[in-house]
Amino acid sequence: PHPGTRDQFQEELVIRPLHSGDIYASFQFRTLWDTDFLQERQKKVSHYRLFPKSLGQVLSKFSVRELHISFTQGFWRTMQWGQPFIPSPPGAELWVWFHHTVSDVDGNWKELTNVLSGIFCASLNFIDMTNTVQPSASFKPLGLGNATDHRFLRYATLPREIVCTENLTPWKKLLPCGSKAGLAVLMKSEKLFHSSFHSQAVHIRPICQDEQCTSKAWELRQTLNVVFDHYTSGQGKKEWSLFKMFSRTLTEACPLASSSKVYVDITDNPELFELSPATHLLSRAVVLGDRRTYSVYDLTRAETFGQLRSFNLLLRWKGDNMLRPLLHAERYVAGFGLQTGEIHTVIYNNHPYRAFPVLLMDSVPWYLQLYVHTLTVTSKSRDNKPSYIHYQPAKDRHRPHLLEMLIQLPPHSMTEVTVQFERALLKWTEYTPDPNHGFYVGSSVVSALVPSMVAMSTNFTQDQPLFSSFVPVKEESSYFVRVYTEPLLVNLPTPDFSMPYNVICLTCTVVAVGYGSFYNLLTRTFQVDEPSPPLAKRLANFIRRIRGVPLLA
Amino acid sequence: MAALQLEKQRVRNAVLAIAAVVIVVGIPLWWKTTETYRAWLPYSEISQLDSLQLQLSVDIEVVFSRGTLTPEQQKKVPLSHVNVKEHQVDAKTGLRYKYETRYRTATIMEEDALNQPTAAEADLSLHMLSENSCGSVVVYVIPESSALLPVDVKVYVGQRRTALLRSPPFTSSWSLKEVLSNLDVDVKQVVSTMSFGHQDIVAALSNRVRMTKVNKESMADSMRTIKSSPGYEITFSLLNPDPKSHSLHWDIEGAVQSYIQPLLNKLAPIANFSVDSQILYYAVLGVNPRFDNSVSAYTLGADSLSHVINPVEARLGSNAASSNPVLNFLLYVPDAHHSPLYIRDHSKREVPSNAFHSPRWGGIMVYNVNEMYGPEAERPVDININMAKVMGVFLAQLRLMLGVQRTHPPTGFVLQSPGSAGLADWELDRLLWSRSVENIATASTTITSLAQLLDQIGNIVINDNIAQQVSSAVTSLQSAVAELEAGNLAFALHYSREAILASERAFFDPSLLHLLYFPDDQKFAIYIPLFLPMCVPIVLSLLKTVSEAKQRLADKQAKRD
Repeated sequence: PHPGTRDQFQEELVIRPLHSGDIYASFQFRTLWDTDFLQERQKKVSHYRLFPKSLGQVLSKFSVRELHISFTQGFWRTMQWGQPFIPSPPGAELWVWFHHTVSDVDGNWKELTNVLSGIFCASLNFIDMTNTVQPSASFKPLGLGNATDHRFLRYATLPREIVCTENLTPWKKLLPCGSKAGLAVLMKSEKLFHSSFHSQAVHIRPICQDEQCTSKAWELRQTLNVVFDHYTSGQGKKEWSLFKMFSRTLTEACPLASSSKVYVDITDNPELFELSPATHLLSRAVVLGDRRTYSVYDLTRAETFGQLRSFNLLLRWKGDNMLRPLLHAERYVAGFGLQTGEIHTVIYNNHPYRAFPVLLMDSVPWYLQLYVHTLTVTSKSRDNKPSYIHYQPAKDRHRPHLLEMLIQLPPHSMTEVTVQFERALLKWTEYTPDPNHGFYVGSSVVSALVPSMVAMSTNFTQDQPLFSSFVPVKEESSYFVRVYTEPLLVNLPTPDFSMPYNVICLTCTVVAVGYGSFYNLLTRTFQVDEPSPPLAKRLANFIRRIRGVPLLA
Repeated sequence: MAALQLEKQRVRNAVLAIAAVVIVVGIPLWWKTTETYRAWLPYSEISQLDSLQLQLSVDIEVVFSRGTLTPEQQKKVPLSHVNVKEHQVDAKTGLRYKYETRYRTATIMEEDALNQPTAAEADLSLHMLSENSCGSVVVYVIPESSALLPVDVKVYVGQRRTALLRSPPFTSSWSLKEVLSNLDVDVKQVVSTMSFGHQDIVAALSNRVRMTKVNKESMADSMRTIKSSPGYEITFSLLNPDPKSHSLHWDIEGAVQSYIQPLLNKLAPIANFSVDSQILYYAVLGVNPRFDNSVSAYTLGADSLSHVINPVEARLGSNAASSNPVLNFLLYVPDAHHSPLYIRDHSKREVPSNAFHSPRWGGIMVYNVNEMYGPEAERPVDININMAKVMGVFLAQLRLMLGVQRTHPPTGFVLQSPGSAGLADWELDRLLWSRSVENIATASTTITSLAQLLDQIGNIVINDNIAQQVSSAVTSLQSAVAELEAGNLAFALHYSREAILASERAFFDPSLLHLLYFPDDQKFAIYIPLFLPMCVPIVLSLLKTVSEAKQRLADKQAKRD
């Protein structure tokens, strides 16, 4: 690189054949920039090279220390697919740590969500105080600095957000090479969105330049994770290639990238599948508590592309087996009727002999009124008392419930957390356009340090693959995992929406009738009236008059 | 019979009491609970602003140096003279120019300054002596024989607010009045160069007035100029369509510091500017340049330039952090297969700067690098861009966009080039004049149309903050007009900026959107089930009571008769 450029760009694609027969492809693009957006000095950062200008402006305007945003379509099936490299809940998730000099955090957060919704063409502007929480323990900064004051943290999810092409295009625009060269060429939206799981994310944080942490740099990580279900949607053949997945092949690396690599997880090779073209470049890494072996294809080298000047990876499956993830969680709503219900969160520890603690975070909208006294945590049909509970009750129309718990999971167990709730009646303007569809409740988040089967490497090296370096490993014996449960869909009592008019008309009529009788009572004159003689008598009198006989009295 | 009469009386009282309750309590209650909140707005002052009479006052000082007046003539100075010109632009807009000329003789220090060897040095020393206020013009009359100016030069306009005027020949027997009237023509020319011209001011009123009488050039100038705004974002983008064959380096930070920043510092009273830059890779122009065999180069004709911008603009991205207008300056480095690339004008000649601009949007410059690498050079080739060349072009374009108009001086005039500051003081004044007038025109139009809208649609809620914005806009507007009248240009601009900010904030406030569409028929549909059954008996019994009362009156009358 030219002297004086202080930014660098790396790209990477990891392909992991999943045991269910699906393929997991994870793209990571990293831009490192040796600068400081939060300078106290007057000089603003305003000259951009590889780092996208729009995001840089957002960072310096809103004094953002760390920003994590993800858009996900589909649900990551931890039971079948294992842990993803970077987890994300269905819908949109945004969490931001602001710099400690920010005085009006809520104002900045409101404005930031509006700006981000413009940048990513998403409905992030629907984030407001009613779905924003400040978790006390679950979301620590992933970058430099050990901020603990959660007043500067804001977390929100929009479980209903639909992710599609219009979100992908601005995301691709943030890459220095766009979708013109390098790995991003593979991102054709008609293929990416024809998949079981799609998740794209942007993570910005300050990190250390080297192991001694002498200088600081800003890291922008753009990740895109896809799971293709070629086994079920295809012809039942367990066989895939780059062209089959993306309907493209690779022809060159992004010329601006200092490294451009494709990794294929071949830990189970050769029993399970064969890979062509074969490569002798292998990389071993300990990822998520497991020692894995990867075939590495370096796109910056011309021989990778071979004679055809095009790189297409092919893989055929031979066998089958299944591995259980050590930690996974699920959630559902129980109960009947439209008045009360019960949220069940089930967390599985599949480790055969180790117990470990997990942090469970739940953010429930205010219109589900939680009865916290009904909160029960049971493991192996025995009461499991959480060692830490942070509960912030909701305020109607102002903020949601926040429930954080530290729960010890016994080995090889299933822990069930239940809490009852009552559904609130909304004002008629508060209903969404299709209220009968139901109301989404965001995923609960389980964060844990899972004991590792093998020793994790705590060394920091610059040439570590990107997928293994997102969450820093602090100790050898465990690794950090975050698991998101399914979002919930809850029905609320829904009125007939012509009701207000009917109510107004009915009330008016009742008032008018009441008023009418009252008015009548007041203004009528009552007189004693001579009762008229019965008909027979009148008839007799008539005949008598004709006959000239005296009338009856 | 008496009991019946008593009963009738009671019924009548009941009817009257109910009617009274409905009228005294019911109707005000209904009115109070269903009314929309409308804060008070200064309608009368706004309607005054609707017809705008602007007076622009210029202070002119004419200083006679030694040897330009005879002793008898000198005795009669100092004196002053006011000249007023009026123009009625349209039915609601009038302009009044007030030129207040003061004549005096030069002080000893000024004489010393005028004895400098060159005009530029004299200009500087005069500037050191006294700082002239914003918007004023000082003309130094120097003897006809002075060596300060070259022989064929009549007027020298310096970098500040002073001009040197070679005294026209006149005989010593003339009275001072004749001398002054003889000078007057030249002074007028100097003032119209250094201060505003009528056409510029009318062009600045384009928001209020339909442009009919403006000449084509100031029309083009005013359409090129980006609209007045409290702030601007200036973005420099380097477009590299082919990062595989060349990697480009530009020292944009240094270039902005040395070329753009001095101009922006000078323009600080007009608006806040922020500058940023980015490099866009794989960004291509929207049109395919044609290969011209005769010059063995690719060319872009003037007619295809209009198609260049739109595809590029999609990549530029908008500024996420502010909503100020953006001025884009793009440096396009064509890829190896399409270079060199030249822009041609309408007469098919190559444009020497190889650049063009788009009004109110920005400029594009093509920078060819094909000479910098041979055929066997290792790709990508490192190329350093010559920023002096690039910034020269961009600076000229920026001046055009900001409305620093090219002045066409009459013959015999010499304009000193602004030098490193990028802008002479009197050029800034010209800009301030037209910007103040433009701001006042825009703000008054905004405020009057807002008042009209609020007046017409009674359903709109007017919150207190809107009313406050409107009032502050009105006061700022009034102060701006007053300051312009008093000749305080800097204050006039300041107030006009405040006025425009407040008026836009009021006009675009989201709270004005509520209840905009709440039609009357729906309201009546809801009210009728309540009002009809309630009102019919009241009205009927009231009518009955009235007719009975009439009957009684008539009976009494008959009895008396």
